[in-house]
Amino acid sequence: MLWYIGRRLLQVIPVFLGATLLIYGMVFLRPGDPVAALGGERGLPEAVQDQIREQFHLNDPFFVQYLYFLKGIFTFDLGPDFSGRPVAETIANAFPVTFQLALMALAIETIFGIGFGLIAGMRKGKFFDSTVLVWTLLLIAVPTFVLGFVAQIVFGVQLGWFPVTAGRDPDFESLLMPAMVLAGTSMAYILRLTRTSVAENLTADHVRTARAKGLSRSQVTNRHVLRNSLIPVVTFIGADLGNLMAGSIVTEGIFNINGVGGTLFESIIRGENVTVVAIATILVLVYIAANLLVDLLYAVLDPRIRYA
Amino acid sequence: MTPRKRLMGVGAAVLAGSLVLSACGGGGEDPAEGDSEAIITVGSGEPQNPLIPAMTNEVFGGLVVRNIFAGLVYYDENGAVQNEIAESIESEDNVTWTITIEDGWTFTDGTPVTAESFVKAWDWSAQLDNATNLSYFYEPFVGFSFEENTSLIDEGGLEVVSDTEFTATLKQPESDFPVRLGYAAFFPLPEAFYEDPEAFGENPVSNGPYTLTEWEHDSAITVEPNPDYAGDRVPQNGGVEFVAYTDEDSAYNDLLANNLDIVTNVPASAFSTFEEELGDRAVNQPAAVTQVINVPEYVEDFQGEAGVLRRKAISMAIDREGITSTVYDGARTPASDFTNPVINGWSDDIPGSEVLEYNPEEAAALWQEAEEMDPLGDDYTLFIASNADSDHQSWIDPACNTIREALEIECEFDQYPVFDEFLEARDAREIKGLFRGGWQADYPAMSNFLGPIYGTGAGSNDMDYSSEEFDAKMAEGNAAETPEEATELYKEAQEILFQDMPGIPLWYYNVTAGYAETVDNVAFGWDSDPILTEVTKSE
Repeated sequence: MLWYIGRRLLQVIPVFLGATLLIYGMVFLRPGDPVAALGGERGLPEAVQDQIREQFHLNDPFFVQYLYFLKGIFTFDLGPDFSGRPVAETIANAFPVTFQLALMALAIETIFGIGFGLIAGMRKGKFFDSTVLVWTLLLIAVPTFVLGFVAQIVFGVQLGWFPVTAGRDPDFESLLMPAMVLAGTSMAYILRLTRTSVAENLTADHVRTARAKGLSRSQVTNRHVLRNSLIPVVTFIGADLGNLMAGSIVTEGIFNINGVGGTLFESIIRGENVTVVAIATILVLVYIAANLLVDLLYAVLDPRIRYA
Repeated sequence: MTPRKRLMGVGAAVLAGSLVLSACGGGGEDPAEGDSEAIITVGSGEPQNPLIPAMTNEVFGGLVVRNIFAGLVYYDENGAVQNEIAESIESEDNVTWTITIEDGWTFTDGTPVTAESFVKAWDWSAQLDNATNLSYFYEPFVGFSFEENTSLIDEGGLEVVSDTEFTATLKQPESDFPVRLGYAAFFPLPEAFYEDPEAFGENPVSNGPYTLTEWEHDSAITVEPNPDYAGDRVPQNGGVEFVAYTDEDSAYNDLLANNLDIVTNVPASAFSTFEEELGDRAVNQPAAVTQVINVPEYVEDFQGEAGVLRRKAISMAIDREGITSTVYDGARTPASDFTNPVINGWSDDIPGSEVLEYNPEEAAALWQEAEEMDPLGDDYTLFIASNADSDHQSWIDPACNTIREALEIECEFDQYPVFDEFLEARDAREIKGLFRGGWQADYPAMSNFLGPIYGTGAGSNDMDYSSEEFDAKMAEGNAAETPEEATELYKEAQEILFQDMPGIPLWYYNVTAGYAETVDNVAFGWDSDPILTEVTKSE
């Protein structure tokens, strides 16, 4: 087990280098000149632009720039961005709130997705099941930004149940509505996955055996049906944590949360390459960690899976 | 939302001021007595630059800087120039200016504001090595150079006479020089700045109506009234919080829910509804921004006599009235000259301006005439270039439609995915047709809409337009003795532009803004900024 974890962690190194190189390459290849855009429509004087390019090593060849970036990563000093603010500070500001939002969304989608999915799966074809299916279809079909705006205007502006935007220092209450909006689509998928999986497992041989043994209904459900049904769901949730962190641009924008999404978007627009690559790299690491966690969870859920 | 990178400016806007007044007075009630402790919240964004006056060339930082610093002059509610620290700004020849300042001003760290505070600040900001974003403002000074690092003091452009007097010497006469001095580039800086500019940019020591209390990055900037402020713009509230929003829609929704006091930009999605939703708290008045389609001189199709006919034909084929009312719901005003209605002396009947009227028959006739001289053929495609990362397709497509109908040619939006890509092509002179241009005035003078854009070799002359006649007229205007005389000359210069059509003026932008029920006395200045010191909160 430990050997397995160690091996997986070692794999992070090539993935990290490959990912940063790839992302840096893509950002580098992006056409246009961010320094030219610093002065707006009018543009900055050529001499001033040259000086800024010099300062940020933008005249150096690609690999030299990439090495400067790696040096920045390993010395924990990514330097300033065009506005003179340390890149590390920008990133450190953005992650906590996004992480909190993602965790809240994850909790909401897991609890409601698995809960309703289990009930729907147990009552396949009944009224509850059909109703839930229609609702999830709606959630999947409606884009997040529509859901977000409607929720904001109805529950925020008109009814006043929730804060309209999260604002500075967002607390649990102000992040609740954004988290629900963010969780919406994934919750629908989790619900459907759980439902199908549960319905399938209900007719499996081992469940029939368990019933025949005379186990109580709740014991059968919890230990034999649900646990086995969770493997595809856990795979989905693991991958989704990364998605929630990177994919909250729209939700963060609507509810004015100063998180990773907004920072990433602004950095791309402003051509702040170092910030873009650093954030993308952290997201890659989050994906890797989430995947490792999922793989380890398999063993917990299904005793037939062993790691060596 | 794409970060707005429009440049800001200052200036005179009698028209703007009167419209604001009518907007405020619409309710017919007395302004409520405000709570002088209340904090006003304003929808804004994270400044892109440190809060150093000569660095702030974008709106978010600019709004803060103009409220925490005081310059020689400021622009009042009607857009007129008023002395702030200056006692007098005088010149015999529009070249050498003698500036005397009032005694008794101090920075928030207690040090006095002297002539040297101005001279040293301008000198520092003008030096090439310091790479300030607004360095082009010092270009008229003797000794300024874009090629090498020079000092305006050493070269004779600036000289301290006494603690309260200094002189500025320009390369050529500039009759509107005093009007420019309210701009951020001309604010003074304290000694503390030079010790550590970086720390200063985070937490500036200033001399304006407000002083910075906290800058919480990406979320808010708070300022409180400066007790040592010695000017006329005395705050009527307990401070301002500039709240950062990444999305204009969410700021607007916060305003509707009374969570935010002022939005400076109503989102495009609310253009058609905001005046109804906000009633007399909606602001829709001309702003000092003029949108143009520029004609590059290096594109053969638009050269020579036939080229000029084509420029005029295209101009007359665009239905400005239709686009401003249907696409923008009246948030733009069709253009009738090259400058802007917020500028003193503006008029809509300059000879030649009839080419800005929608007239498809005349347009077709002109195009036909050009075809006879120098045929482009029936399957000619006209390209209009712009960046696609902000919303330009919404006007280029309808403009192309009316051009297609009137001239019976093809017309296409030539898209550049991001803004800086568009700039790169523009600056490399690689654009294959017409291209979008826009100008926001830096200071309230007609010359600011003309010289920097259409003058030979001027900084923003991306068309490479060159007309000796025009340059001569501008020089004459710059050397004029009175502002009125200068305005007449600038209008004559515009007549030349209407003959040559180096750009096709489209429309003037409007300030579309609004405020919540919680605040009173909200007015927007000529530069589209709310006049925050006057705002009162009734809670």
